[in-house]
Amino acid sequence: MQFSFTGEQEEFRSVLRRFLEEKEPTTVVRRLMETEAGWERDGWRELNQQLGLTAVHIPEAYGGQGFGYVELGIVLEEMGRALLCAPYFASTALAATAIMNAGTDAQKRTLLPDIASGDTIATLAFTEPNGRWDAAGFATTATRADGAYRLDGIKSFVLDGHTADLIAVVANSDKGLSFFTVKGDASGLHRRALKVVDPTRKQARLEFRAVKAELLGEEGGGAAPFAKTMTQAAVCLANEMVGGAERLRQSALDYANLRVQFGRTIASFQSMKHKQADMLVDVELAKSAAYAAASAAAEDDAELPALASLAKACASEAYMQTAIHTIQIHGGIGFTWDNDTHLWFKRAKSSEVFLGDPAYHRELMMRAWGV
Amino acid sequence: MSEQTEASVRAEARAWLEANWNPDLGLVEWRNKLIDSGWGVPSWPRDWFGRGLPVALEAVVEEELRRIGAVGVAKTGIRRLAAATLLVHGNDAQKQKWLRRSLTGEDTWCQLFSEPGSGSDLAGATTRAEFKGNRWVVNGQKVWTTSAHHADWGLLLARTDVNVPKHQGMSYFVLEIRQPGVEVRPLRQMNGHASFNQVFFTDAEVPPDNLVGEVGRGWAVATTTLMHERRGADGIRTWGQASDRAGRVYDEERAEIVTVMEPYKWYPQRAGRVDLVVERAKATGRASDPLVRQEIAKLLTMSKAAEWTARRARAAQALGRPPGPEGSLGKLVSSHVARAAARVHTLISGADAMLTGEDAPMDGLIAEILVSVPAGSIAGGTDEIQRNIISERVLGMPKEPRTDNDRPFRDVPKNLVG
Ligand SMILES: Cc1cc2nc3c(=O)[nH]c(=O)nc-3n(C[C@H](O)[C@H](O)[C@H](O)COP(=O)(O)OP(=O)(O)OC[C@H]3O[C@@H](n4cnc5c(N)ncnc54)[C@H](O)[C@@H]3O)c2cc1C
Repeated sequence: MQFSFTGEQEEFRSVLRRFLEEKEPTTVVRRLMETEAGWERDGWRELNQQLGLTAVHIPEAYGGQGFGYVELGIVLEEMGRALLCAPYFASTALAATAIMNAGTDAQKRTLLPDIASGDTIATLAFTEPNGRWDAAGFATTATRADGAYRLDGIKSFVLDGHTADLIAVVANSDKGLSFFTVKGDASGLHRRALKVVDPTRKQARLEFRAVKAELLGEEGGGAAPFAKTMTQAAVCLANEMVGGAERLRQSALDYANLRVQFGRTIASFQSMKHKQADMLVDVELAKSAAYAAASAAAEDDAELPALASLAKACASEAYMQTAIHTIQIHGGIGFTWDNDTHLWFKRAKSSEVFLGDPAYHRELMMRAWGV
Repeated sequence: MSEQTEASVRAEARAWLEANWNPDLGLVEWRNKLIDSGWGVPSWPRDWFGRGLPVALEAVVEEELRRIGAVGVAKTGIRRLAAATLLVHGNDAQKQKWLRRSLTGEDTWCQLFSEPGSGSDLAGATTRAEFKGNRWVVNGQKVWTTSAHHADWGLLLARTDVNVPKHQGMSYFVLEIRQPGVEVRPLRQMNGHASFNQVFFTDAEVPPDNLVGEVGRGWAVATTTLMHERRGADGIRTWGQASDRAGRVYDEERAEIVTVMEPYKWYPQRAGRVDLVVERAKATGRASDPLVRQEIAKLLTMSKAAEWTARRARAAQALGRPPGPEGSLGKLVSSHVARAAARVHTLISGADAMLTGEDAPMDGLIAEILVSVPAGSIAGGTDEIQRNIISERVLGMPKEPRTDNDRPFRDVPKNLVG
């Protein structure tokens, strides 16, 4: 397991941080979050042309950069910190990962290069309106007729589902859980943006009525790739969350050092110091868990499923608690729309339950450990 | 007077209500009648619309009002704090002018205490009131002023002397909001509502008659307002809930709730809506999950214990015993309950906790809880300030050394930017 970042990784992080601070200040976040799409092609292109971010963990053979989960983790941590409004999690962390896990070599050669270049925005549709994250909760069906598969069912909480060009879908056929791909504008597919608590990350509800779909990988062979995709996605989300949590923690500290009440900075009150110290403990522990999980993912360690869930649960709670403290430390101003804290608070709330809440992941962790 | 028992009060209130309650009266007309009878504010003195009953017996009268379905006097919002403060510190002319109209709801109020540079440290206010000619002239800015956009009057805490220590240079005024020198600008909150405001004063005027208490003694008056605000913190759970009954008085009360009380419509959500937890757990099927059951049980334990703690405080008061520590805990406990409730609502809702508006559980009500709860531990005195009060005043622990109240206010370090 890797316990420190290499010089190159640190350099990569600082380039990325500068880039995101410049391109995605909160004024941009606030503008994009008010749009229905939630992101813009121009900004997206820049992100990919200048830094090749969408290609990070995709192998070179499929048009990617061939890095691993440690680098992907760095990207997501910085994006979480910046609260980037882009379909990155959907396209790279979820869809590209699913295609790598499920697709045949030929399919990867066809699908991945465009995702790696950022020209195709992809997403993964798995959870349904019942909100279950495990495959046993999925009711969408795939039936084969006249040599083609057709999908029927409803997917919900699909990240950027209303704007994606390509949708990887998890559904059940006669042979069991399988992956499919569908074009965003496929006939019979009805897409609707959902109203979400976190407006910086859009979600959609997708209704499939006999939608023609391409099988991805082997029919009935979806269970293992799906489980792996969820594990890797949990690692990604944990890393994204610790980036947001750290940003909040820092903003609370900066504010406490500036704000004067009773003739002294509020940072000089012991209760404020203790809160800051507790926040640091929470965030640093969560970072360690997220980094450990990323490293396990990079090495495809046998411990990965347990560590991914551990990190997801730990980061979820640290992020939410940090967000609560950060508002509190800001006092009245922390409850206003114009103060930026609530933007991260809402991301924390949404990430707390996305891919499964902390209790769900702790249970997965225990099972992975054979307890 | 000492012969007033719970039973006699109940019987008397019931008899009066049965003879007089009439849902076809106008809201103000009915409230005037109730005020004249002394049953509107029974714990107030007889000279001022009350019956001089012990505070603890108020609950009995409340129960009787509820039983018959009668509307009470205007008790929610800042008008409640205004009435309670003026009752104690106002002179007769001021009581004459404002008490009745506040109880009928004809006058609406806001609380002009917090400023950009002073929230927890209210005695650090820099809004100036200077006596010029025959009136007070006010300049400065207040912030987080709930309901200022609906208010006729504001309870204003302003500095009248910068050359004395901070607490001694404050005075308390009633300021008319609708005048050229006052500008109210709405402020949007993280939950999307805009119930509080920025209020700017540019040579706003206050007649000398509107000074409450003495010049330089405003802090004591403000303390009364704050005490009532904190004591009442738990009550906001039920603010702004309209009856669905038919009758003119209910129609007018509903109209009041959607206008004057509009800024408070999310206040029950801010308190966490513990009342919805069991119903939601059953409706979602989560009630059968042992883990969820445990979390709900923990929340209900805390919430019940909090309720009984408040009851204990009221019961002790009824027996004329000195207030114990239980009476000072309510505000702090209510933020613990609210935060725990938000956690449990998230647990119950699962993925649906990511949704809002029509797409979300209960048309977005649950989402509103999740993004409103953070207000409770800030508004009306933060949790940290409540802990300071509990440790220093209730437990008698040593006070923090202070450097801001032993010198003229002008020499105290302040925020560079507000
Ligand atoms: C929904 C809502 C409605 C409101 N309505 C009104 C209203 O109608 N009228 C009105 O006048 N005000 C109103 N307020 C303002 C509210 O009273 C203040 O926000 C609150 O008192 C905190 O002040 P502040 O915002 O300046 O924060 P600050 O005082 O700057 O506090 C910042 C942080 O420092 C901490 N802190 C400050 N002093 C100490 C200390 N001595 N020891 C330890 N920690 C400390 C606080 O606990 C907080 O965490 C409202 C606020 C909200 C959220």
